[in-house]
Amino acid sequence: MLPALQLDDLTVCYDRHPAVHHLSGQFNSGSLTAIVGPNGAGKSTLLKAIMGLLPVTTGHIKHAVPSLGDIAYLPQQAQIDRNFPITVMDVVMLGHWRRIGILGAVTGALKAKAAKALAAVELDGFPRRLIHSLSAGQFQRVLFARMLLQDAALILLDEPFTAIDARTTADLLRVVRRWHGEQRTVIAVLHDLEQVRTHFPETLLMARSSIAWGDTARVLTPTNLLRARHMAEAWDERAPLCAVNPP
Amino acid sequence: MNVLFDWLIHPFLEFSFMRRALVACLALGLGCGPVGVLLVLRRMSLVGDAMSHAVLPGAAIGFLVAGFSLTAMSVGGFVAGLVVALLAGLVTRFTEQREDASFAVFYLISLALGVLIVSTRGSNVDLLHVLFGTILAVDDVSLLLVASIASVTLLSLAVIYRPLIVECFDPEFLRSVQAHGAVYHLLFLMLLVLNLVAGFQALGTLMAVGLMMLPAAAARFWTQQVWTMAAVATGIAVLSGYVGLLLSYHGNLPSGPAIILTAGVIYVVSIVLGSQDGLRGRFLRSRHLQA
Repeated sequence: MLPALQLDDLTVCYDRHPAVHHLSGQFNSGSLTAIVGPNGAGKSTLLKAIMGLLPVTTGHIKHAVPSLGDIAYLPQQAQIDRNFPITVMDVVMLGHWRRIGILGAVTGALKAKAAKALAAVELDGFPRRLIHSLSAGQFQRVLFARMLLQDAALILLDEPFTAIDARTTADLLRVVRRWHGEQRTVIAVLHDLEQVRTHFPETLLMARSSIAWGDTARVLTPTNLLRARHMAEAWDERAPLCAVNPP
Repeated sequence: MNVLFDWLIHPFLEFSFMRRALVACLALGLGCGPVGVLLVLRRMSLVGDAMSHAVLPGAAIGFLVAGFSLTAMSVGGFVAGLVVALLAGLVTRFTEQREDASFAVFYLISLALGVLIVSTRGSNVDLLHVLFGTILAVDDVSLLLVASIASVTLLSLAVIYRPLIVECFDPEFLRSVQAHGAVYHLLFLMLLVLNLVAGFQALGTLMAVGLMMLPAAAARFWTQQVWTMAAVATGIAVLSGYVGLLLSYHGNLPSGPAIILTAGVIYVVSIVLGSQDGLRGRFLRSRHLQA
């Protein structure tokens, strides 16, 4: 299968400490992959590096679709100002950014599409509500509606269901499966292993570097999970300089 | 009726300096209203305050070079404001120093520098003019400058409105869909400095930011969307200018403080009576809707 995203010996550092360490592999086009691993395993860092929000220390990330607008990204605990005076509809309409840009007109057709996206996340009656009046679950639905409009080939979700109620999680997982059905590449950082086993065919288990990557059932074995935990415990604050690819 | 006319309109009919001052306030309000709202929403109130002080040394150098020339002082103020904004921005970006701290440091340095420069050459009266403004001495040239700044501000805001709002509300999203998001922040800082320069002619460096902050803060108690907030803030700014000028005329008070205090009174009234999250709603509970 064609790779949507290829990682070549990727290392990403915070202040010389690698958060992602010599990671190689590929996310196939149209695949639905979960990224799991212990805290501090570099999962969020990997997504940020893919988005170009963090500089790559060594190695390469090769995108099949290099254009910035073709990736939808849902950060963990987004830096969104939830008190900002803006309506649900206006937030969702931002998903059209690639079509409207800075000065483009908002047409009736685009509005109708936005209304449909809101309906898909079961927020039909909400377009004129201000976002500060929404619950955490409702707000996550709004962000998913925005991603629906982004119509991106690659979708990155960083812990999308943390602190979200079960009903919303189930509804939003349905949206994720719909994306998968539409041949989009979806990569999600998750913690709930049961959820991963049920809904995600492929998994990358990482602890800075890859422990196992591939078919979920073969990745999430007790041995692999134990190895990931040991690697997390073995991290040394005063590690010597890495021998591979000296700076 | 005649008394009202004498009080509210006659001063402007009789004296051209009052008419000029009123037009200057109108233009100032048009620019300061929307810029102030964005300043408050971006949580940059302190930055605005810092920038208004940063304008001073530039204005002082202009004063040294060309005497009491508003053009020279404006250009100097604009350059100094931009330099401080850039320096503070660079320090925030490349060190661990937080934005509010770096802006505070630079504005204190420039305030001290500005007062020092003015006091070595000018008299105390000149210093007072720079610090507190001379709206009653606005001439045609500076009126033109203030009006041009208002026009440039409104036109630029119309163009960069969308990315500016998104950058303020969800910066990560803007970075994920649009390259060079920082450009809009920079453009906004430029508009901020421009409006402070316009305001400093009329209200002085110390109070220029008042006509931005107070109407914007008050507007938040009346409306729920950014553009309506900007419209209400503009209205409040213009009203403060008009009432403040009247107060200063009839009470023989300095015009800058009179204008800002009027805006302050409107702010307090808005806190108490405002329809959005004001004290009124807290104490007079209206009946709730059906579920």
